[in-house]
Amino acid sequence: MQQSTRSRLALRTVALGYLALLLAVPLAMIFYRTFERGLGAFVHQITTPACISAISLSLTIVAIVVPINVVLGVVTALALARGRFPGKGILHAMVDLPFAVSPVVVGVSLTLLWGVHGWFGGLAGHGIHVIFSLPGMVLATIFVTLPFVVREVEPVLVEIGEEQEQAAATLGASRGQIFRRITLPAIRWGLAYGVVLTVARSLGEFGALTVVAGGVAGQSQTLTLLVHARYLDDRNTYGAYCAATVLMVMALLTLLLMVVVNRQRATQSEEVAA
Amino acid sequence: MISVCGVSKRYGSAQILNDVSLDIPDGSLTALLGPSGSGKTSLLRIIAGLEEPDAGTVVLSGENVTAVAPQRRNIGFVFQHYAAFKHMTVRDNVAFGLTIRKRPRREIDARVNELLGIVGLAGYSHRYPNQLSGGQRQRMALARALAVDPKVLLLDEPFGALDAKVREDLRGWLRRLHENVHVTTVLVTHDQEEAMDVAGHIALMNAGRIEQFGTPREVYEAPATEFVLRFLGPVAEFCGRLVRPHDLRVTRDHTPGAIAARVTRISHLGFEVRIELSAGDAAPITAQVTRGEARHLEVNPGDEVWVSAEDVAASIRLVG
Repeated sequence: MQQSTRSRLALRTVALGYLALLLAVPLAMIFYRTFERGLGAFVHQITTPACISAISLSLTIVAIVVPINVVLGVVTALALARGRFPGKGILHAMVDLPFAVSPVVVGVSLTLLWGVHGWFGGLAGHGIHVIFSLPGMVLATIFVTLPFVVREVEPVLVEIGEEQEQAAATLGASRGQIFRRITLPAIRWGLAYGVVLTVARSLGEFGALTVVAGGVAGQSQTLTLLVHARYLDDRNTYGAYCAATVLMVMALLTLLLMVVVNRQRATQSEEVAA
Repeated sequence: MISVCGVSKRYGSAQILNDVSLDIPDGSLTALLGPSGSGKTSLLRIIAGLEEPDAGTVVLSGENVTAVAPQRRNIGFVFQHYAAFKHMTVRDNVAFGLTIRKRPRREIDARVNELLGIVGLAGYSHRYPNQLSGGQRQRMALARALAVDPKVLLLDEPFGALDAKVREDLRGWLRRLHENVHVTTVLVTHDQEEAMDVAGHIALMNAGRIEQFGTPREVYEAPATEFVLRFLGPVAEFCGRLVRPHDLRVTRDHTPGAIAARVTRISHLGFEVRIELSAGDAAPITAQVTRGEARHLEVNPGDEVWVSAEDVAASIRLVG
């Protein structure tokens, strides 16, 4: 379709204006507010015990969630792409459930299940605390990030098909060898992209954590919860800006990784198509 | 020897293989030939262990392997779409089976170089599959399958994804390879010319059964069923029999068994000449003669001629 220069310019202005107004301006504002008092003040705000604890808690959750999602996500993707079993359609729909369900609902349902009065509440009597402590936060984060690895890996598995794996089998490779030498190299960039998305979503998770995390500073407060608490409870808006900036820098690093991985993935799928 | 005995397979409500038995002699090159859906690929995959039969047994070199995994059947399998390991170089593709068997590196290198030489890919060992043409990829896949010295080489429509010229080259190449390597080979194809050209034996398959097993000459010259006759080439109906158009003899003078017919049309198709005839109330007959015969005969549309069938062994009586 031919477009006149004028309509092209108009379209461009609308698109860029929209992005600037909704994304760039608010984020730039936070950067500006963070650094207007100088680097020293910023460093002071992000090295308080509460902030350091929040950063390390957020990273700990990521460190636990990512390996679990990688293993379970690849297994689920394999089941969906290769398996023939009744109820596959239901499994498909269930994987997408976290996209549809609000994180707050996830938090509430986890509390119902694991809270003191929930089905597994008896565990608290044995010293195993889930809600308001790390296990609950990990469970909530796994729930909301579950689809990413599955949804990135499954289409790749479908696309490469089973023939390479069968060829490896006829050449004597065991199931483990086939997975390591044939399947894993084929899905590696899809998997990497799924991991990057999981990291981004884990760092940013807020809704489910407000319910299941205690939000006790220095103990069960993630970076997102810290931003929220500083802003609303402590009336420390400047501290909230600083913590938000830390969160944003992490997100930007993840984004950068995303771009790199995505480019690799695109080259690889061209190779598959060739 | 490959012995398939009483093998049946169904997918849902479709009976893919129906009590199939077949003995494939050692060292032979056998084609499983049939239209799509005849069960030939399923039979090959069952021999390889990639599919499990619902009933029946598969015996390779005297060993019942029906319950043995493909990894331990000592076979080589070549797929229609190559199944190249895309993230490995040509060398690593060919070396795969030997690497899995943990052979010493020096032995692997020697074997890979030998095979790449045989398949004509000597200078390509560091390329990736996507840098090869289709024909080259399929030759790499063959080298990969041969690297582990399989007892049996199974080829599933190996030339099906290639264009006509490459296909013909590879066909001759496979025949020569088989003459040198002598591994028992089974080739699945739907192309009767390919089967006749390459294979020493042909198993004609239709609707999950084997219609006939024999040498190319046997199945062509003495077809066991109407399906075999029709599948291997054009047929003409003559006096209640199905015959090959080139087995019809057209003469000026009456010969024993001949019927009278009128020439309706003559088409010159290069080396062959097609004569369309009508004989009374019977269906139109098409006879095929060589250029030389046509010149000798000197017939024109409207001429009265005599038609007889030459080779009764290669014809089938039509029922009903």
